[in-house]
Amino acid sequence: MKFGFSLNTSRTIDLDKLDKKKQESFTDDIPTFKRCFACGGCAATCSAQQHTDFNVLKCNLLFRRGEFETLEKELEKCMLCGKCTLVCPRNVNTRAMIIKMRRTLNTKTNL
Amino acid sequence: MQHFDTIIIGGGPAGLEAAARLSKFDKHVLIIEKDPALGGKLLLWDKLFPDFASSEELLHQLIENIKNDNVKVSLNTGIKEIENEGGLWNIIDNHNNKYSAKALLLATGFDVFDASRKEEYGYRIYPNVITSVDLEKILSGEVSHAEPKKVVFIQCVGSRDEKVGNHFCSKNCCICAVKQAIEVKEMYPNSEVYCFYMDLRMFGESYEELYRKAQQDYGITFIRGRVSEVSPTYHGQVQIKAEDTLLSRPIRLTADLVVLMVGMEASEGTVEIGKKLQIGGNYDYFKSKNQHLADNLTYLDGIFVAGTSKRQMSIPETMKDAAAAALEINNYLN
Repeated sequence: MKFGFSLNTSRTIDLDKLDKKKQESFTDDIPTFKRCFACGGCAATCSAQQHTDFNVLKCNLLFRRGEFETLEKELEKCMLCGKCTLVCPRNVNTRAMIIKMRRTLNTKTNL
Repeated sequence: MQHFDTIIIGGGPAGLEAAARLSKFDKHVLIIEKDPALGGKLLLWDKLFPDFASSEELLHQLIENIKNDNVKVSLNTGIKEIENEGGLWNIIDNHNNKYSAKALLLATGFDVFDASRKEEYGYRIYPNVITSVDLEKILSGEVSHAEPKKVVFIQCVGSRDEKVGNHFCSKNCCICAVKQAIEVKEMYPNSEVYCFYMDLRMFGESYEELYRKAQQDYGITFIRGRVSEVSPTYHGQVQIKAEDTLLSRPIRLTADLVVLMVGMEASEGTVEIGKKLQIGGNYDYFKSKNQHLADNLTYLDGIFVAGTSKRQMSIPETMKDAAAAALEINNYLN
C-alpha cells in the first residue's frame, strides 16, 4: 500500500564527511578566501542577487562546508561583474574565488 | 590591633597592582589573601591574550613590585568581620587577628563559571569535554593529553545565557578561544580546529588581527551557531550539534576534544562581602558609585573597589582600574 509519504534525506551538514583536500588546493591559489568573516557585504551589492537567489557569501560557506552539489548550481548564476570584490572589508578576492570554484568543481562556465 | 593606611582584600592582579602603587605613595598596605599564594586567577593561565605573554612572568613582576617595607601580605586568610568604628574600618580575620585602616580596597575578583551547570555540554560526564581553564594545563604541559584530531571550541558557556542567570557577556572568552585555538594548532599541527560562536567580540587592541591570523595562517574554522548539545559516540568521542546560522542548516561533527569557554561570575568572596556591606549590584558584583565618574568608589565612605569584583575585565583593564583605585585612595587618605 502506498501512503503518499516518503522519507526526506537529512538536511544536516555532516562535517565528518568533509573532504579537506579540495579546500587546501583551493586556498593555495586564493589565500584571501580563508579570511572571510561572513559580513555579507558581497551579497548586498550583488547585481545577480537582485533577480535570483544567488549569494556570494553562501558560495563561500558552501565550499567550506563541502556542499559541492548545491554549490555547482549556484555558481552558474554569477555574472562575474566583480562588484563584490570592491566592497569586501577583509579584501577577499571574491571574483577570483568564484572563477576558481567553477574550475575546481568543473562547473560549466560562461567565460 | 595593627593599623594600616589601606587594607586590600584579594591578592590577585588588581590587589597586587594597587598595593604596588600605594606603596609608592608611601602608604602602608596590608594584602589579605584567602589562598596560599598570591596571583588569584592569573595562576590558572599559562599564556595571555593577545600577545601570548607569560602569566608567570607577569605575576613575578607584580610580586617584585610589592616587595618593600610598605606592603605586608597575609596568606591563607579569610575575613570574619568588617565593621566601621569612628571612621576607621576594623577587620577581624579567621585567625582572630584584628586590623584597622582608614581605607579598604575590595579586589575580591571573579570565579570561573562552573561548566557542569550547563548539563547539555556534558562537562564532568564525558572525559573529552574540558574547560578553557583545563586546556591551559594541557597547553602548559602540566597535564598530558592524547593528540586530538578534531578540536571544537564552544563559546559563551555561562555567559549571555538566561538559563544560568547570566545575561552579561564575559568579554574575555572570545579572544581567549582564538588564542587557545592557535596554541592547539601549534601544539597539534595536524588537528582540525573548529570554533562555534554566537558573535565574535574582538574589541581590544590587536584582537581582530589575531582573529584574522587564526583564520588565515592557522586555518581555524569559525562557525556561527550556538551548540545545542554534546553527546557520546560508540568510539569514545563526542558528537556536537548546532545550527549553521549563516546557511540556516543543521550541522554536526564528531570531535576528540571539546573546549568550553567558561565565563566569569562574581566570586564567593565578592558575594559574601557584598551582602555584608550591602554594596552588591547586578549579578552580585560590587556596585561602584558611578561607572563614569567614580568607578572605584562605593556608597560607603572609605570602601573602594577595583578589578573583576566589579564586572568582567581583561588583565590590562584590571591593572588600569587598580592604578586608578590607588590614586583615589591616596587622595582620600591625604
